[in-house]
Parts: sequence; structure tokens; C-alpha cells
Amino acid sequence: MSQIETGQTENSAEKKPYPLISVRNLSKHYALRSGWGFKPSVFKAVEDVSFEIMPNETLGLVGESGSGKSTIGRAVTMLNPPTSGVVAFEGTDLTQQSERQMRAMRKRMQMVFQDPYSALNPRMTVGDFVAEPLLIHDIAKTAAERKDIVAELFRKVGLEPRYMARFPHQFSGGQRQRICIARAIAVKPSFIVADEPIAALDVSIQAQVVNLLQDLQEELGLAYLFISHDLRMVRYLCHRVAVIWKGRIVEIAPSELLYGNPLHPYTRRLLSAVPVPDPAIERARTRLPQVSGLTEGPDCHALVEAEPGHYVAREALGGGA
Amino acid sequence: MTDITSRPPLLEVRDLAVEFADADSVVHAVNGVSYTLREGETLGIVGESGSGKSVHVLAMLRLIPMPPGRLAGGQVLFEGRDLLTLSDPELRKIRGGSIGFVFQDPMSSLNPSMTVGRQIMEPLMLHLGMGAEAARKRAIELMDMVRLPDAARRIDQYPHEFSGGQRQRIMIAIGLSCRPKLLIADEATTALDVTVQADVIELVKELKREIGMAVIWITHDLGVVAGIADTVQVMYAGRVMERGPVDDVFRDPRSAYTLGLLRSLPDLTAPAGQRRRLTQIDGAPPDMRFPPPGDPFAPRNRYATPRCLTERPPLEQAPGAAPGHLAAAWYDLPSVLAAEALS
Ligand SMILES: Nc1ncnc2c1ncn2[C@@H]1O[C@H](COP(=O)(O)OP(=O)(O)O)[C@@H](O)[C@H]1O
Ligand SMILES: Nc1ncnc2c1ncn2[C@@H]1O[C@H](COP(=O)(O)OP(=O)(O)O)[C@@H](O)[C@H]1O
Ligand code: SF4
Ligand SMILES: [Mg+2]
Ligand SMILES: [Mg+2]
Repeated sequence: MSQIETGQTENSAEKKPYPLISVRNLSKHYALRSGWGFKPSVFKAVEDVSFEIMPNETLGLVGESGSGKSTIGRAVTMLNPPTSGVVAFEGTDLTQQSERQMRAMRKRMQMVFQDPYSALNPRMTVGDFVAEPLLIHDIAKTAAERKDIVAELFRKVGLEPRYMARFPHQFSGGQRQRICIARAIAVKPSFIVADEPIAALDVSIQAQVVNLLQDLQEELGLAYLFISHDLRMVRYLCHRVAVIWKGRIVEIAPSELLYGNPLHPYTRRLLSAVPVPDPAIERARTRLPQVSGLTEGPDCHALVEAEPGHYVAREALGGGA
Repeated sequence: MTDITSRPPLLEVRDLAVEFADADSVVHAVNGVSYTLREGETLGIVGESGSGKSVHVLAMLRLIPMPPGRLAGGQVLFEGRDLLTLSDPELRKIRGGSIGFVFQDPMSSLNPSMTVGRQIMEPLMLHLGMGAEAARKRAIELMDMVRLPDAARRIDQYPHEFSGGQRQRIMIAIGLSCRPKLLIADEATTALDVTVQADVIELVKELKREIGMAVIWITHDLGVVAGIADTVQVMYAGRVMERGPVDDVFRDPRSAYTLGLLRSLPDLTAPAGQRRRLTQIDGAPPDMRFPPPGDPFAPRNRYATPRCLTERPPLEQAPGAAPGHLAAAWYDLPSVLAAEALS
């Protein structure tokens, strides 16, 4: 068994809303040229990952750097298509779409990245930058119409519309990230992958961006895949959280179950390392050592439902599994 | 915990001021920073980016490129001697010896054409007078200590053969190599995974217990400060806004900027669904080419008084706070907050 059964378990078969995005057995392999290239080997960056995101839901992806989080984000938006697996978005398998069909789908899913500065074009006014997808997707007919839409988008993300004519270098990091978010929502997507969107921002500015993401979710019914190494912010923002370890999901659960009752030794170790801004808690804490004692066998990576909605890799459950 | 304030001072920073000048303007990066660090004390420094955290420690070690930088005043007494006026050879004996340092960007600090082993061995041979063989052995131990796997083999590799996180751990190994009296770490673990960061912090704490090292730990992560610091110092616009024992500052902040930082973090104590919205600090820090005449945070501070905008508050013992808890504020934050809670 190598497939997880989120959403399809018996007790949830009764009228569960249809997932917005359903990822099944997604893998991404990179060819590594070894030696002189006669014997290409394969690096499995992401292996057999399955999850779903509901409309209006935020799923967090956490895990150490190199674990495959960005690869997953870029695979589900087909920016860097998966090697195998299914990405069903609003009922359509994106991996089977032609380039043309995909263009229309792209409108529905957008990405926001860590470094808002490199995402912006230094020679383009931020107004034109936000308007660009409207042009590409032929959304607004006239320049005047586009301008109105962009002004409205600026207001939505908390920027004054009169800044439209300015260039990226005239903005702070937090403002730039809001410009990128304005562009992302310009095409009225239903889903946004946010890959470390607050990592480069000052603590005081992170709150602005997180509040904005929450407000937009409420207002526009957006779903997010929120990739972050800030495990406390993930707990705060995300409805469910998936823990990625060595290219696989080892645990996925509603946030409070994952943080309150972590079952996989890797999740426990990760959570035990998160610094808490409270000196008394910090003094009392114990950190967990490297992961050990996992079982090894053909089914070990399969996820099992340990409590309602809380899935963990079988390897974590010990011999009795 | 022994009382830190009774220990002898190790480092005294007095009125340090640093500027950067170009053809038509001067950036006032550090504006009269003063503090005392005692033996074995860990000082955590937090603050807005651009607030002078890095520049002030670089200036202490005389690592600021001049020009465009220039010292606009101050003294930095390390064990009673002013680092800013020492001769170059004397300074070199201290820098990398009794003061170890680790900076943010390991690529610019490591020499790309020298094996990492040689770079760890160099200060050991220079400052501790170790022979090559002993230094190599110690370098391998240090690499093990910062959890660089397979140290005995990898010691002869070059920086580019290591990942970013590994290079940062090499820098930390170098910073700790001579068992310094003072370790200065500037965002040293920011780029590392939380698990590796936790390992490094444990290591620093162990060394503190073992050799009584004092530490200046600059970070933007208030959680890291809570875990490592005895004393916390909050900086903004090249100034110290607040400083005091870490428990007191976190429990009873007296600067509105500190309060803003603490409130911008998610409060996870309430159950999901009942948590308060994050408090954002709107606005932006001042342009330090034109430092404002008053409290630099005043334009972003909803509790600012008219005086805050025109007159700069001194850094002083906060009334009613723990001894040694200093703040630069004309307003009295506890009473302002109490009044706000009532209305
Ligand atoms: N184009 C590529 N070619 C080869 N390996 C890659 C490529 N992109 C990413 N990888 C590797 O895949 C793994 C996962 O990377 P990534 O998804 O960026 O991790 P994360 O976002 O969790 O830090 C890493 O080991 C990375 O080096
Ligand atoms: N080499 C330099 N030339 C000009 N300005 C500089 C230089 N280095 C730093 N600064 C300025 O000094 C101020 C303080 O910077 P820094 O100490 O790096 O802040 P941080 O608190 O983020 O470490 C900033 O305004 C920065 O732009
Ligand atoms: S160890 Fe347990 S879970 Fe893993 S393959 Fe064997 S029986 Fe299955
Ligand atoms: Mg990534
Ligand atoms: Mg800095």
C-alpha cells in the first residue's frame, strides 16, 4: 500500500466538500550525471506524495531545507511538472493538459516567493507589473479598465494606488511582497502557493503579510499551500500541516493535532527544536536527539490514520503496525 | 543563576557612533551606543533590519571599510583596553583569539582557495601556538562538535564542497576554536535549519558553562534570544531602545517598539480559533541620512507623546522595573497600557 486515503475514508464519505486540489503519488526525480555521464543516476527529490487541499483551506508544508518543499510547490502548479503522479485541480488532471489548456488553468493558481525583490522587474513600474497578468490572460479590455483593476488590487493589499507609477526599488521589503501578492490575486485565482513568503521580512513586517494573506483568504475564498520554516507561524496560520522529510510526507494532520500530538519521531524532533519567545519555557525545554528506531520495510512509508484526520508514516508506529 | 551584575565587566562600549558617507549624504548608522557586557554574560541583540546591529559589532572589531565608513566617536574597552585605538598587531592578537566571531555570510568570510581544515587550524596555530599536528587534531574535533559529518575526511575539502549550512558551521567552529572570552555571533544560525540551530545553540551554551565565555548574539528571532540570552538589548535606528534581564524585558517591555515586536508574533497560548490577530507595526523606519530629532520610533508609535517627536529620550532605568532594566521612552508604557485596557 503506497497511497494515502485522505478524504476517501469511510466515515468521511458522507458529503465532504470536493477538494480543490488533489495530489496523488506525486514524485519528482532529477537525473544526476555521474562520472562521464554514461551511467545516469536518479535523485528522488520528492517521492510518492499525496495530499488534498479544500477550497478556502491553508495547508502548511514544513521540513528542513532540501526536504523537497519547493519542489512540491512547483510541481503542483506545473511550474516544474512532476515526474509521475496526478495533480487534480478543480477536477482536471493538470499532468494531462496540453500547453494551451494549461495556460487557462494557470490563471487559477498562482505563486508567491520568498524574495519579493527578485520576483519584481526593476525596470517596470509596479503598476505595470501587477497589470501584466491581466494582459496575458486578456482580462481587461482597455488600459483604463486595467488601471482601475490595478488600483483596486493596490487597495486590497494595503498600498496606496498612487504608488502605481513607482519602481520596485522605492519600496520596502514588506511593500514589495504585497505588490507580488497583488499580482498573484489579479487573475482571481482560487489557489496560491506561497513559498517562504515571510522568510526575508522583518519580524514586524511578517505580521502585515500574514494578516493580509488571512484577510484575502476570507474575502476571496482562497486556498493556500504555505511553505515555511517558521513552525510557530505555520501553526498560527494553517488549518492542516504536512511534515516533509527526505522527499516524503511523514505526517499530515490538522494543525492542533500535529502540534499537540506529534507522532512521527522526525516531527517530534523538529518541534522540539523550535525556539519559543518565552524565557521560562526555553529554560525548561528538552530537545530531542536524531531520529532513530524507525522500522524498515516495503510498506513503511505508507500513511496510516492514527486518529481522525491525523496520518503518520507506518514506520513511526513501531513493530505493532 | 548567579547575579550577572556582580561579575567584572569584560566589554564596555561607550557612545559608539558610526557613519557612512558618500558624495552627497551621510548615513548615521550607529548613534551613541553604550553598554557593558560582563564576564560570562550572554547579550542577545534584536532589532529592525538596518538598525545598526551588524555595523556596531563590525566597528568594535575595526572591520568596517573606511571609507565609506567612519568612526564618529566612542570607545570600546575590552578587558580595559580600547580596541578602537590599539595597534594593528595588538588588535590582531585579540581578534580571532580572545574574541571569536561568526558573521551572517560564510561565503564572504571563508577563503575559497584554502581547505577548511587550514582555515580552522590557522587561528589555533596563530593564537594558541599549536603545532600543525595538534591543530589538525583539534580542527577535526571542532568539526565534529558543530556536527559536520565525516570530519576526518572532509577537513581537506574546500568551502565550495560544503552546503551553505555546513559552511556556516565551519565558521562557527572557527569562531569557537580558540575558546574565546567573547564570542560575537551575527545572525549566525539564521540560515540553518531549526534542528541544526538548536544543536549550535546547545554547543554555545555548553562552552559557556565550560569556559565561562561571554556572548553577543545578534538575531531577529525572539525565540532564540529567549533561549540563549541573560540580557536582551533592542535596537532601532542606530540606538538602544531598551535593555535588561531577558525575563523582565519579555514580561514587562517598556519600549513601544519592543512591545510591537512581541505582539507581532503569534500567541499560541489561546486555542485555535480564539487567537488574537497579529499586531502589525505599520510604517517604516526613518531614513538614517536624516535622523529624526526625537524618539526615532515615535512616528510608528501609537503611544507617542508630543515630546517624543521633538526630544530624544535618554536610555534610563525604567521606573518600577527590575534593576538594570533600561528604556528610552518619554511615555510610561505600563500606565499607557493600563489606561488602554480600561477604555
Ligand atoms: N533542478 C534540480 N536538479 C537537481 N536537484 C534538484 C533540483 N532542484 C532541486 N533539487 C534538489 O531537490 C531537493 C529538494 O529541493 P527543494 O524542493 O528546493 O527543497 P526545500 O524547498 O525543502 O528546501 C534538494 O536536495 C535539491 O538539491
Ligand atoms: N558599507 C556600507 N555603506 C553604506 N551604508 C552602510 C554600509 N553598511 C551598512 N550601512 C548602513 O548602516 C545601517 C546599519 O546597518 P546594519 O548594521 O547592517 O543593520 P542591521 O541592524 O540590520 O545589522 C543601514 O542603514 C545600512 O544601510
Ligand atoms: S515494518 Fe511494518 S510497516 Fe514496515 S513493511 Fe514491515 S510490516 Fe509493513
Ligand atoms: Mg525551498
Ligand atoms: Mg545585520
